[in-house]
Amino acid sequence: MSIAISVKHIHKTFFSVEALKGINLEIKQGEFFGLLGPNGAGKSTLLNIMSGLTRADSGNIAILGHDVVTDYRSARLNLGIVPQELVFDPFFTVREVLKIQAGYFGLDHRCNAWIDELIEALMLSDKTNTNMRALSGGMKRRVLIAQALVHKPPVVVLDEPTAGVDVELRKSLWVFIKKLHREGHTILLTTHYLEEAESLCERIAILNHGKIVALDHTTTLLDQGVGNQRSATLFFTETPPPLSQDITSLISKQDRLSITVEFDLSRITLPVLLEQLKKQGCKVRDIQTEQIDLEDIFIDTIQRNKP
Amino acid sequence: MNWLGFRTLFIKETMRFTKVYLQTLFAPMITALLYLLIFAQVLEGRMDVLGDFSYTAFLIPGLVMMAVIQNSFANSSSSLIQSKVTGNLIFVMVTPLSYLEIYLAFTLAAVLRGILVGLSVYIVALFFVQLPLFNIFYIIIFVLMSSAVLGTLGVIAGIWAEKFDQLAGFTNFIIMPLSFLSGVFYSIHSLPPLWQTLSHFNPFFYMIDGFRYGFFGTSDVNPLFSLGVVATFLVGLASFTLYLLHSGYKIRD
Repeated sequence: MSIAISVKHIHKTFFSVEALKGINLEIKQGEFFGLLGPNGAGKSTLLNIMSGLTRADSGNIAILGHDVVTDYRSARLNLGIVPQELVFDPFFTVREVLKIQAGYFGLDHRCNAWIDELIEALMLSDKTNTNMRALSGGMKRRVLIAQALVHKPPVVVLDEPTAGVDVELRKSLWVFIKKLHREGHTILLTTHYLEEAESLCERIAILNHGKIVALDHTTTLLDQGVGNQRSATLFFTETPPPLSQDITSLISKQDRLSITVEFDLSRITLPVLLEQLKKQGCKVRDIQTEQIDLEDIFIDTIQRNKP
Repeated sequence: MNWLGFRTLFIKETMRFTKVYLQTLFAPMITALLYLLIFAQVLEGRMDVLGDFSYTAFLIPGLVMMAVIQNSFANSSSSLIQSKVTGNLIFVMVTPLSYLEIYLAFTLAAVLRGILVGLSVYIVALFFVQLPLFNIFYIIIFVLMSSAVLGTLGVIAGIWAEKFDQLAGFTNFIIMPLSFLSGVFYSIHSLPPLWQTLSHFNPFFYMIDGFRYGFFGTSDVNPLFSLGVVATFLVGLASFTLYLLHSGYKIRD
């Protein structure tokens, strides 16, 4: 299988801050790859170097064998990038924006059928003649995705496509991105959500302080136990009595009428925990479970595994 | 050459100003006509101008060229700064368009706006006064080259400015004074010697003087010399702009 994205020895320094410290990465054609890392880890910088928005100090990146600097035309024809920020051109309607973007890539009116298809697939049909300014955030996000796909790029890069997006749209975007992947596109995705990376990505790289600190198949990484971490906040109807040691050891935050617990599923489950609390005289009114931030767990795991 | 990409960017830049034609085409035309009405009314017969032509006739080519200068500059500069501030410049930067194609598309759209405003000022002005036409070649070549110089300056200013007030500074402290002091409203022969000399260092003076020659067949300096000055500016500024785009200055990290 050939290489869709090849990243070799990429270094980038902004003023005195070393944003990327020699990144090496190969993503195979047809792969669904996740790039994770906390804010400021260098994810967007790496993606920007791929798309030509930023220049590396040294090293090179090739898209399907085309260097992004020396052979930028071919590289960019093969790459579609969905930026993280909701940028848009306020002068144009959705259809105009898509036709213009296609034109930049040298495509004429013959791509109109494909644009219609994209509009349909991204549920923008009733907004085609609406000015970009008048769209909601979610709609703008969909237009950004359509813009990135307008030239049918075999390699698609999505920079946190579901950040700040409601649950319904997030799910529909997942379905759409999965479909792209099934159709043979190579997908590179950055995300903060465990659920997203778990359900979509075949392999994951974690970037921290400009370095890749973990790179493996998602299942392998999850098998290391990181997928068993849970966090829940329990609300009580009245102040709970003093709790036993095995429960207080799980508490990360405590208020008069609530506690937040972090636990490992292999040790204790939520029903067992609730049973124990009931036995100790607690009256639980409500439970709120929280999405665990994947890279926090990974980085935590990495740090714990350090000699 | 990505012809279709270049053409698309040119059309997009053109649509950008035609969609707001009241602001980009009509307003500057009205401004130029107000100058014409006021200055012609106040100064007719009181100004020493070239040859035997009326002051109003003398004024019109100057106003047309000033409209061309200001609007060509405004087009490329405002488009770039808006794209930079709103972030949508990335839609162009991630495409297979080359620096040359990007430069040409922005500049040619600026040329088109300059010509449209200039032409509308000219046509409306004809209702007020008869204007001779000495040599249309000079008229066309000076309009094309001057608007290209200003479109290029607009690209430079748009790349350089990070905020709207920086661009406003460029417009108000460089473009406006140079265009007002270029001989739009007077022949530099009527100026004191020092100001005459200083005027020769103003590139806009050559644009207006050469353009006027196309109408009257007479000018302050040899029109071929003016053509040479404007052409030199165009080549120099275009090379500098391509260098800026290539270096990624303020548009690529």
